[in-house]
Amino acid sequence: MKKKRIINAVIYHVVVCGIGLIMIYPLIWMIMSSFKPTGTIFTTAGTLIPETFTLENYINGWKGFGKVGFGTFFLNSGFIAVMATIGTVASSSIVAYGLSRCKFPGRRILFVFMLVSMMLPAQVLMIPQYLWYQKLGWVGSYLPLIVPFFFATQGFFVYLLTNFIDGIPRELDEAAKIDGCSYYMIFLRIILPLVVPALVTVCIFSFIWRWDDFLSALLYVSESARYPVSLALKLFSDPGSSTDYGAMFAMSTLSILPAGVIFIFFQKYLVEGISTSGLKG
Amino acid sequence: MKNNKAKSFLEKESVAGVVCTLPFTLGILLFILVPMGISLYYSLCDYNILSPPEFIGIDNYLEMFTDETFFKAIGVTFFYALISVPLRLVFALIVAMLLLNTTKATGFYRAAYYLPSIIGGSVAVSILWKRMFAVDGVINQLLGVIGIETDFAWLGNEKTAIWTLILLAVWQFGSSMLIFLSALKQIPTTLYEAARVDGAGKVRQFFKITLPLLTPTVFFNLVMQMIQGFLAFTQCYIITQGKPMDSTLFYTVYMYQQSFEFKHTGYGAAMAWVMLVIVGLITLILFATKRFWVYEDGV
Repeated sequence: MKKKRIINAVIYHVVVCGIGLIMIYPLIWMIMSSFKPTGTIFTTAGTLIPETFTLENYINGWKGFGKVGFGTFFLNSGFIAVMATIGTVASSSIVAYGLSRCKFPGRRILFVFMLVSMMLPAQVLMIPQYLWYQKLGWVGSYLPLIVPFFFATQGFFVYLLTNFIDGIPRELDEAAKIDGCSYYMIFLRIILPLVVPALVTVCIFSFIWRWDDFLSALLYVSESARYPVSLALKLFSDPGSSTDYGAMFAMSTLSILPAGVIFIFFQKYLVEGISTSGLKG
Repeated sequence: MKNNKAKSFLEKESVAGVVCTLPFTLGILLFILVPMGISLYYSLCDYNILSPPEFIGIDNYLEMFTDETFFKAIGVTFFYALISVPLRLVFALIVAMLLLNTTKATGFYRAAYYLPSIIGGSVAVSILWKRMFAVDGVINQLLGVIGIETDFAWLGNEKTAIWTLILLAVWQFGSSMLIFLSALKQIPTTLYEAARVDGAGKVRQFFKITLPLLTPTVFFNLVMQMIQGFLAFTQCYIITQGKPMDSTLFYTVYMYQQSFEFKHTGYGAAMAWVMLVIVGLITLILFATKRFWVYEDGV
């Protein structure tokens, strides 16, 4: 009986671990390939460990194209992602507070719009927004990549925060109200400190999504010195522009590093965000 | 005195509500409704971004009926969404069931399964995928290792190219898995105990208890992911660009090409509206089927 249980446990771990390895094999392959001499990546694609270990790909890749180094692309991506995330957190939290705690005319309609904006993905709005930003003269600048996020346009985050605030006991608000706090002070003094865990989740997802964003960069950023990483990587992979696969893999590896680091240190928040609200990772 | 009046007005509950939600109200107007309105007008125009629009009525919409590539793109997109989404959900459920009994290694396993979803949307992964399935890529080399020598062009073949994209989508089952995992943990163990007393085996327990209680979760995932699946862009744009022979041409990529590469922007705007209608219809159809298979009485 005991023997049977051990055998079962072994089979279980072999199966689960095996599938897990297949899952992350592509990523390991990419990271390992980035340390191989660029000429040998595809001749030795079947083996994982580099025969000769080199950092040359990173040095070559970091030079970027033309006169623009990859460091610039990373700074650009960082700037866009941080700004958009600040906007998302600030606007989503105050909007969620209003929706959760105040009764006012039009509240129901806003709830409906929140759900609609959750189901309405960026791709549907790609052309409409392009035409509108063109009228505003925003095409070619970072404005379309940053400004909309200051208006709580991602319904998912508002939804997540509204649910979270709903779970905070109203007695806290009432007590503060008796002490003479206005609605705005209640938000700043009582609610905001209590929603920090949910805000961390929002920050993480917003940052990763904005960092990875490719579509809006493709539409609105034209000057190569202002490219974010996603767009710069795309140039690497274009046929003809470069055959330095080693450098391409090296820069790809670096580009997923921020998400990887966040994943390692904040896994708890990611898991919570997904399990409680169905945020798509 | 006047200042005080303004202050007490701002502190009324209804006013505070309007003020707090003002960013969202403005956001909807400025970044959703106004752009949609503008694009509705442009969809009725002959417009190429460079010269002023010329009103042509519903010609753009009529043109779709004679555009073979348009129908091809719809077919490809439906094929992709209808296969990748259910596959991903099935995998997510199976793995979630496997990870339900916690052992010391569960945290590690969960991380390994979930990591691809977190970084899967990035350009880096799309590039990686493209190289993996290249003629001299890792897939063919690994096949060589197990004795199948081949230089098959996975991305160059009309039959297999779409499957590489489907595989990429299924690979990212991690977030659905987490949602299933948390739903599975909420099923009371007393139900299983009662079933065991009544003599129900594991398989029966799964189909009579686990699956019915999971249907709301499945439904939610299905709706959100069908929409996402229908609108995938980056993967296709980077890995295949719709090639070969438009066999992987996603609707969004074709819309992008029409609008920005062929400078047929009025037509692109019309395609965006048609896409909105299609996505709306999919959602409605899914909601209409809800009462037949989603168990909602709670536990």
